[in-house]
Amino acid sequence: MAYIPHTERDRQAMLAAVGVGSLDELYQAVPRDVRFPDLDLPEPLSEMEVMAEVQALAEANVDTRHYACFLGAGAYNHFIPSVVDHILRRNEFYTAYTPYQPEVSQGTLQSIFEYQSLICNLTGMDVSNASHYDGATALAEAVTLALAHHRGKRSTLLLSPAIHPHYRQVVRTYMQGMQVKIHGDESCCTGPDDLIRRLDDQTAMVAVQYPDFFGHVADFRALAAAVHAAGALLCVVVNPLALGLLKPPSAFDADVVVGEGQPLGIPLSFGGPYLGLFTTKNEYVRKMAGRLVGQTVDSRGQRGFVLTLTPREQHIRREKATSNICTNQGLMALASAVYLSVMGKQGLRKVAELCYHKAHYAAEAIRRVPGYGVWNEGEFFHEFVAKCPKPVAEINEILLEHEIIGGYDVGTDYPELKDHMLLAFTEMNSKEEIDDLVSALEEASHD
Amino acid sequence: MIEPLIYDLSSPGRLGVSLPETDVPPHALPEGLVREDLPLPEVAELDVVRHFVRLSQLNHAIDTGFYPLGSCTMKYNPKVNEDAARLTGFAFTHPLQEGSTVQGNLALMYSLQEWLKEIAGFAAVSLQPAAGAHGEVTGILIIRAYHRHRGDAKRTKILIPDSAHGTNPASTSMAGLQVVELPSDARGNIDLEALRRACDDTVAALMLTNPNTLGLFEEHVREVVDQIHACGGLVYGDGANMNALLGVVRPGDLGFDVLHFNLHKTFSTPHGGGGPGSGPVGVAAPLADFLPGPVVEAVEENGSEEAPLYRLVMPAQSIGRVKAFLGHFGMHVRAYTYMRMQGKSGLRAISDHAVLNANYLRARLRDTYHVPFDRICMHEFVAEGRWEQAPGVRALDVAKRLMDFGFHPPTNYFPLIVHEALMIEPTETESKETLDAFVQAMKTIAQEARDDPEILHNAPHTTPFGRLDEVRAAKELVLCCRPVEMEKAG
Repeated sequence: MAYIPHTERDRQAMLAAVGVGSLDELYQAVPRDVRFPDLDLPEPLSEMEVMAEVQALAEANVDTRHYACFLGAGAYNHFIPSVVDHILRRNEFYTAYTPYQPEVSQGTLQSIFEYQSLICNLTGMDVSNASHYDGATALAEAVTLALAHHRGKRSTLLLSPAIHPHYRQVVRTYMQGMQVKIHGDESCCTGPDDLIRRLDDQTAMVAVQYPDFFGHVADFRALAAAVHAAGALLCVVVNPLALGLLKPPSAFDADVVVGEGQPLGIPLSFGGPYLGLFTTKNEYVRKMAGRLVGQTVDSRGQRGFVLTLTPREQHIRREKATSNICTNQGLMALASAVYLSVMGKQGLRKVAELCYHKAHYAAEAIRRVPGYGVWNEGEFFHEFVAKCPKPVAEINEILLEHEIIGGYDVGTDYPELKDHMLLAFTEMNSKEEIDDLVSALEEASHD
Repeated sequence: MIEPLIYDLSSPGRLGVSLPETDVPPHALPEGLVREDLPLPEVAELDVVRHFVRLSQLNHAIDTGFYPLGSCTMKYNPKVNEDAARLTGFAFTHPLQEGSTVQGNLALMYSLQEWLKEIAGFAAVSLQPAAGAHGEVTGILIIRAYHRHRGDAKRTKILIPDSAHGTNPASTSMAGLQVVELPSDARGNIDLEALRRACDDTVAALMLTNPNTLGLFEEHVREVVDQIHACGGLVYGDGANMNALLGVVRPGDLGFDVLHFNLHKTFSTPHGGGGPGSGPVGVAAPLADFLPGPVVEAVEENGSEEAPLYRLVMPAQSIGRVKAFLGHFGMHVRAYTYMRMQGKSGLRAISDHAVLNANYLRARLRDTYHVPFDRICMHEFVAEGRWEQAPGVRALDVAKRLMDFGFHPPTNYFPLIVHEALMIEPTETESKETLDAFVQAMKTIAQEARDDPEILHNAPHTTPFGRLDEVRAAKELVLCCRPVEMEKAG
């Protein structure tokens, strides 16, 4: 039996110490008629057999190591320096639990403190928690913060339509038991001015994305001023990698900044585990969900770290807690801390610039292909929407024949944007790959 | 020796990574939107490696020593799982890829759904929730949606025993429902009389952890479930303690309607210093349409050999997405690998030995530590860390002293219904020798508590850090550090 060290002799000695004659006798409290069901499950396999099986499953996929990938839409194919996974594989990190006993958990605690610091410095915000499940759930928790801040007196939420569709869906799932009105995202293409027009004394929070789902980057200062004048909070959903180049949301006076940390050293892994970033201003720290690590000293006078402000949390506060979150994304937060450390000031800027230049090179080329166009107006970062001459699914099928994973079909979520493809570019896409994409797109338009 | 902060190691101009130059013509940067300063550290790769390796060495972990943390199931995390999750075909697939290009992933997720259904006796499973608490709020939202769909919107109460995890009431509040707390009886079961009084047509569900947080199997589970069903409510199972039930009993067979699994407890995916976890939710047939999606379904044979065999679908009455994309796929791969190796017989052996280990520790410690609900337990039990003969000693002191013996302390001060609780969960992967050494340490500590309590009050003595000042941390609130230049600039 894999991973069970007991010998027959151990078992007998232990059963005798307990005072029962067999393992089965340990389950007297379980109703007899349903005890020991005959499960319809496969028999055990050895490690080498299992590894062969999962290898075969893995190889049944098309992956971004063998195909060029231009798919983004919230999850991005970036370079991850080797050092990141080597640190994640440290047994002392990945086989530890939540650092409830700080004397034997300083490794985890200091790493989280450094993660909090790196994320605060990247976003320009005052405080970061120790992580949420992903960008979407972090946004949902930001809504909860805003509702708590207004103590139930404001219950309207304005969502920009250019926030990732999954994120807006998750917010609605989280809020279905609350008396909250959510609007602003009925049509694909309304901008900040539409959100400003909808502000009133019931607005608890306005949320926008930067860069937005379509890749646009815009200055939100005017929006922030209007939101604050109306007494509401402004939440900005970010791609943290873009902040290697772009002004941080603190420059727009954002109150809450959330986002998906996956671009910071976390593999695509078919959608998870990723990393929910959550930062805010000092004044909202006690309304914030999730764990926080704070600095202190130990009995010997050494600087050390502990989980702090725990009275906000479920294990103390129970039904009055700021959230139910317990397990978070600890190891993914460590991945991003290692990534940001090794990339550093110059590396992150360089990666962000590479993404930006490649996307703009591609946009210029695709603009010239007959039948295609660039839908975006204004500035964009590393993603843009291409107008296509035929359904996106048909084009993607042809791209696959060229070993290219094509873009996201925007029409799936925005019916107005049928035959529009969202394309993402990163430092992983060489000029040659982009040129191949452009010629494959051209070929696809002929058929 | 304390480890400096990563920012303290920074030196202007130092590089930690090599990156290519751009191979496309540079494009003018967006005017007015480029940041002036990027306050990240500037360190070499070796600085980063040494820093984080040294930090790691300050941790206690399963791979360094026994970790009997109650309710957390700190079992061995097999290394093959880590290799499986990192296979190129898994780690480098994008969640929005066309279904035909990710059939391997979908096949794996489908099998995992099927096995979880079979193990717990449910009709359908969604793998989307990210953690146990996330599964809880998902389950409560499913229950809420089910009642409302039937036009029964007055069911707004969730009954929760006083021994429950704090996440249960917190999840209930998040779903917009009201918590009604139920007391436990003298044997650690739900007080049936209190349950009877609470049951009416405003009850949406009971949240039941079984075995409960005392490690005890609910002796009247049938009566409890029948009582709730009789008043039209549903039964939610907190699957945190499933490690005791594999091949022993299926919650679905006991009448549970919803249950979340903790893949990071029962199915050996690592805890990662606090996460990521994975909290799939299983439901009985009437609730299947309400699951969050997408879920994976097998496609009917249509004669075409080219057709994909699996696809993603949204359940008909779904509560919606609970996170972006598909759930913690990396954790699904690990759990799949583990379950495939264990198979049917291995799963039963897991529970047998988890329960044997817990009872063995209970039997060996019950004369030294008071066990308030002292009967055959399941995978864990709760003792008290206090003695009349040692009035100044608390469970916290016992916990801290255990560190000097190289053991991680049990969970303390939970469940709330036991004074000075020490909640001990050894798991099946620990040997008799390890358990005996733990018993010896616990007995030594009990003796010290009477003879020389100061040793306990000042513990730990041998760890790199002594007790930390939590009051100061909360009062002074230092939650992040800035680069040295910014600190100087004020």
